[in-house]
Amino acid sequence: MIYFELLWSFFQIGLFSIGGGYAAMPLIQNQVVDVHPWLTMTQFADIMTIAEMTPGPIAINSATFVGIQVAGIPGAIIATIGCILPSCMIVITFAYIYYRFRGLKMVQGVLTGLRPAVVAMITSAGITLVIMAFYGERILPVDLSGINIISVIIFAVGFLVLRKWKVNPIYVMLGAGVAGVLLYSIV
Amino acid sequence: MKQKIFIKLFLSTFQLSACTFGGGFVIIPLMQKKFVDELHWIEEQEMMDLTAIAQSSPGAIAVNASILVGYHVAGVMGALITVLGTVLPPLIIISVISFFYTAFRDNVIVNMAMTGMLAGVAAVICDVVITMGKSIFQKKRVLPIVVFFASLVAVRFMKINIILIILICAVIGAVDTLYPGRKGRQA
Repeated sequence: MIYFELLWSFFQIGLFSIGGGYAAMPLIQNQVVDVHPWLTMTQFADIMTIAEMTPGPIAINSATFVGIQVAGIPGAIIATIGCILPSCMIVITFAYIYYRFRGLKMVQGVLTGLRPAVVAMITSAGITLVIMAFYGERILPVDLSGINIISVIIFAVGFLVLRKWKVNPIYVMLGAGVAGVLLYSIV
Repeated sequence: MKQKIFIKLFLSTFQLSACTFGGGFVIIPLMQKKFVDELHWIEEQEMMDLTAIAQSSPGAIAVNASILVGYHVAGVMGALITVLGTVLPPLIIISVISFFYTAFRDNVIVNMAMTGMLAGVAAVICDVVITMGKSIFQKKRVLPIVVFFASLVAVRFMKINIILIILICAVIGAVDTLYPGRKGRQA
């Protein structure tokens, strides 16, 4: 039952993406590329790009995208519900505990303990995306000479601009898109 | 009267969500402006605590924060309304994009732009990873650094299930909070 699979997959993504934003990325990749054959790695890279460009949380954006690809609009709605269900239950429970006891030391301790692991997972997903950008494939090829120079240049400039001037990522993304059109047209 | 609050809640979160590019923390200052400064529905200190809960809970921070605001202002019904307001904009936008996606993707210029933007996303994520990584290494505690490298190896090279890693690290975090070791913890 495809609807149930969507619901369950995105329920897990919602439940285990702790720390917000990019924390969901490796989980989404795991569920929709590795566990289920719903997206190719190229499509996954596309949805990360689209999610970055459009408003709203990455997890919700990908839930909608994957849901539509797999089972149309109802799929999108069900995947989104799956994604927010754990939040609804857990956040309200935490809020209750907070108003009751005014302390979340344990929760914060767990969060602190999780942080390095979350960063490690984002790092891993980031490495995959860099390989994707440079070689158009998920896994680093044996022959490294097929590297996409234009992508490397765009990546390097974007990275430099982000580190040095802390500009809004949206502008880097837009700039990278424009640079892509210009550079690939010339070459 | 109650209906008016519901409508206001829905419209506010809908607007905020439609304007939150990049997701995550961006929505927090926007919510602060709207609900604390403009509508005076929440106290400033309370908003900070709600932010901590939103961050500590699994799922998208924007969704978690809206659940908390809705719950705080108008109970469970309020939470449902704010979730709807937060989820609808990305749901609608991504649905529209998805329908054009295939035709879109085959377009040469779009393809160039997407390839460029993938390099941009890779740069954005590397930037995030370095910023997040710094906060782990700067604490100069052994445990988080060990957890980081162990998780990275586990997820990247040993292909261990992400959820399992998160659960194990959550336990490590909990134990570390309960029994802060004399050797590791800085005074």
